[in-house]
Amino acid sequence: MTEALLSLRGVETHIGQYHILHGVDFDVPEGGLAMLLGRNGAGKTTTLRTVMGLWRASAGEIRFGGRDITRLATPDIARLGIAYVPETMAIFADLTVQENLVLAALAGPPEAKRLEWIFTRFPALKTFWTLPAGFLSGGQKQMLAVARAIVEPRRLLLVDEPTKGLAPAIIANMMEAFRELKDGATTLLVVEQNFAFARQLGDTVAVMDDGRVAHCGSMAEFAVDSGLQQRLLGLGMDTHQ
Amino acid sequence: MNKPKRDLLPLLLIPALAVAALPLVGSPASWVTLTVAGLAMGMMVFIMASGLTLTFGLMDVLNFGHGAFIAVGAFVAASVMLSLGPWMVADSFWLNMAAIGPAVLAAVVASGALGFAFERVIVRPVYGQHLKQILVTTGGLIVAEQLLKVVWGPEQITLSRPAALRGAFLFGDIAIEKYRVLAVIVGLVVFAGLALTLNRTRIGLLIRAGVENGEMVEALGYRIRRLFVGVFVVGSALAGLGGAMWGLYQETVTAAIGAQVAVLVFIVVIIGGLGSVGGCFVGALLVGLTANYIGFLAPKVALGSNILLMALILLWRPQGLFPVAKR
Amino acid sequence: MLRSLLSDDLPRSRWLAFALIVVLIGLAFAPFLFPGAKSLNVAAKICVFVVLAASFDLLLGYTGIVSFAHTMFFGIGAYGVAIALTRMGPGWDSVVIGLTAGLVLAIVLAALIGLFSLRVRTIFFAMITLAVASAFAILASQLSDFTGGEDGLNYRLPAVLRPSFSLIDGTLFGVRLNGRLLDYYLVYVVALVLVLALLRVVNSPFGSVLMAIRENPFRAEAIGYRTVVYRTIASCIAAAAAALAGALLALWSSQTNPDTTLSFDIMIDILLMVVIGGMGTIYGAVIGAVVLVFAQNYLQEVLAIANKALAGVPLLAGFFHPDRWLLWLGVAFILCVYFFPTGIVGRLRSKR
Repeated sequence: MTEALLSLRGVETHIGQYHILHGVDFDVPEGGLAMLLGRNGAGKTTTLRTVMGLWRASAGEIRFGGRDITRLATPDIARLGIAYVPETMAIFADLTVQENLVLAALAGPPEAKRLEWIFTRFPALKTFWTLPAGFLSGGQKQMLAVARAIVEPRRLLLVDEPTKGLAPAIIANMMEAFRELKDGATTLLVVEQNFAFARQLGDTVAVMDDGRVAHCGSMAEFAVDSGLQQRLLGLGMDTHQ
Repeated sequence: MNKPKRDLLPLLLIPALAVAALPLVGSPASWVTLTVAGLAMGMMVFIMASGLTLTFGLMDVLNFGHGAFIAVGAFVAASVMLSLGPWMVADSFWLNMAAIGPAVLAAVVASGALGFAFERVIVRPVYGQHLKQILVTTGGLIVAEQLLKVVWGPEQITLSRPAALRGAFLFGDIAIEKYRVLAVIVGLVVFAGLALTLNRTRIGLLIRAGVENGEMVEALGYRIRRLFVGVFVVGSALAGLGGAMWGLYQETVTAAIGAQVAVLVFIVVIIGGLGSVGGCFVGALLVGLTANYIGFLAPKVALGSNILLMALILLWRPQGLFPVAKR
Repeated sequence: MLRSLLSDDLPRSRWLAFALIVVLIGLAFAPFLFPGAKSLNVAAKICVFVVLAASFDLLLGYTGIVSFAHTMFFGIGAYGVAIALTRMGPGWDSVVIGLTAGLVLAIVLAALIGLFSLRVRTIFFAMITLAVASAFAILASQLSDFTGGEDGLNYRLPAVLRPSFSLIDGTLFGVRLNGRLLDYYLVYVVALVLVLALLRVVNSPFGSVLMAIRENPFRAEAIGYRTVVYRTIASCIAAAAAALAGALLALWSSQTNPDTTLSFDIMIDILLMVVIGGMGTIYGAVIGAVVLVFAQNYLQEVLAIANKALAGVPLLAGFFHPDRWLLWLGVAFILCVYFFPTGIVGRLRSKR
């Protein structure tokens, strides 16, 4: 059993007067893709943001590669090798596609081979290389957001709902990209609502409910347990495309 | 997928305004003088306002005490120039410059230093709390203005332009003041410098991205806090430069100088769009031209005309001329 | 009975109640307790500024709006009465007409500014009000035919309020019972009534909605309150109160000029009063006004002493020059915003 790359213990988060996370415990094993599922409002996005330091945990501990990152500032967390793709994509609309990627490449100009691979997966980015990113369509922006996170190798990718509002063809593209990343050295933690996507890609799964992790384990086991799915997510994974 | 058009419409307002004013002013000679005066004034206001708009766009901080940096720049420059009096009144261009150069440098350094102190002491504790920011920076302005009076005394200081910068170029009927030409040149240099920095350097990239979404820039691994301080200091230094130039332009320096120009600076920042240097540039030129044309045609309503200009532009584009795409 | 007079908004602190009573009685008997033209002037000024600051507190403390245009309404009220008295002669009809005109103009302007600008962000709004107020001040100086320009207007007050008018011959405790005394009590009583009225407004259901909007405008909107409408109404009420305060000043001073009514210094003064006194309390405005007017008039003497003591040290002495009283108040203001956001009233209440 490989050492967990990311582990959360008893993490609680308050936003203003709202108590969102009530003690989150789970591990993300190194290598592979962990899916974070749950109903709306369960606290999935809050968990990712807390890991990234965008919201401060009021209690608990977060460890990354053995190191305690609970109190670190966001830029320092990013520099440890964690990339974040938010639900809102957060691409810089006034900057060109090129500038978006250049900015994300901390170590210097993006490596040519890496760029080639990105262009193969997401051809639209090559087409609109010098245009302001604000002119991209929703799906293309999502591609850019993911591309930004992978333009340099990272140890952990935190991805929040990558397939939201995307056409099936693009979703397939995204799936391929994640699969290839998984086979490389990258670990992924992905929040998803699209169950088919989740089931096909996830190696492990953690299901959140009401600010806590209600279940975690292997995706293979979860995928066949429709009773558990019903209880935790409200409907079976098979009913979703 | 069509290629986007560059939004150049607001730029056309400048020549449009100038052309519209020509028949109203009547004499072409006066029109040229007024236009140059307007451009010169606009450039100076732009220099003062550029820092404010970037600070607001990047850090979401509006510094009502910005006028303090303008005033400090003016006072420091005046002091240095007065202490180098003989060089100022000498008839040699180089001696004049030898007096002005250090004065301007001192002004920029002093206001930059004040900006640093301001950011640390007054602004930093209230990031994100707009109401408190307004209150605290207004308080900072009050204190700074009083401190100016402590150090320099409450009376106004008279500053005469050196020989090299006095007088005008004459083209037949038309007189173009030398100082105004200098102001325009300096303004263009500052604008070019800012534009190049923003568009061609990595720091500029960071600033432009940070104006849109500071949180995401941090998530990419950049310690944007340090950038904030840098931008704030550069902004206050530029305000000091503007103040020094304004002091030379008006030839008097009082503690209220900051407050007087501050209203124009705010109008320019609003017109241009918070966070947009380009918008600030266009807005400043429009304000300068309006102030001078109306100052000639109907002096009593000069300031009011700028407010009307602001209202009209806001009706057309409620976020300013070049709004920055926000989170 | 006291409860309903104060609209159930009791001082809730022995110290505060004590301070308020001292102020109330001190001002009530000012002509007798502090004889002399200067002290009476200070007392009247306090009354006027209490109302002005309280109206600003309605905006800043209760509704969460920062408006730098508040002095504009003050000036409108003052000039309304002043112009009427100048042009129509010193009668009560002039006063009524001038007052009404001033009130109407103030309310209409407040409504316009509110409806156009209150949709925008706090900072935008603050900047716009700054610009508008500056323009108005300059306009008042420029339209000299109408407003008397830089020098302002000098006029005669209605006969009853003039020093020459004798209510009863002779003196009471050494104070002449003349029109000046009547004038002072007019100012005092109206100021008292206005403060109580403002207390009534902020403690009404309307006031509760304002505070909800201040705390969380999105939520208030979601519940169903049209925040723009409420904020505009609050602006109009505040503007009306400010205009009334201006009218009172005009009736007391028999002269009105841009410096005493429209200058940015006055805006700063009321900002200091409300913040140092305590935002969102109305009582804070009362305490703040007293503190500031006292400081303006008497702090200078304290500073003069320090200044003399430090005469040997040039730069340091400058810090204590009597004219630099605003420096110290500015520092106090900044400290209040950071460390005492609830102001003097808040601190007194926490002491119990």
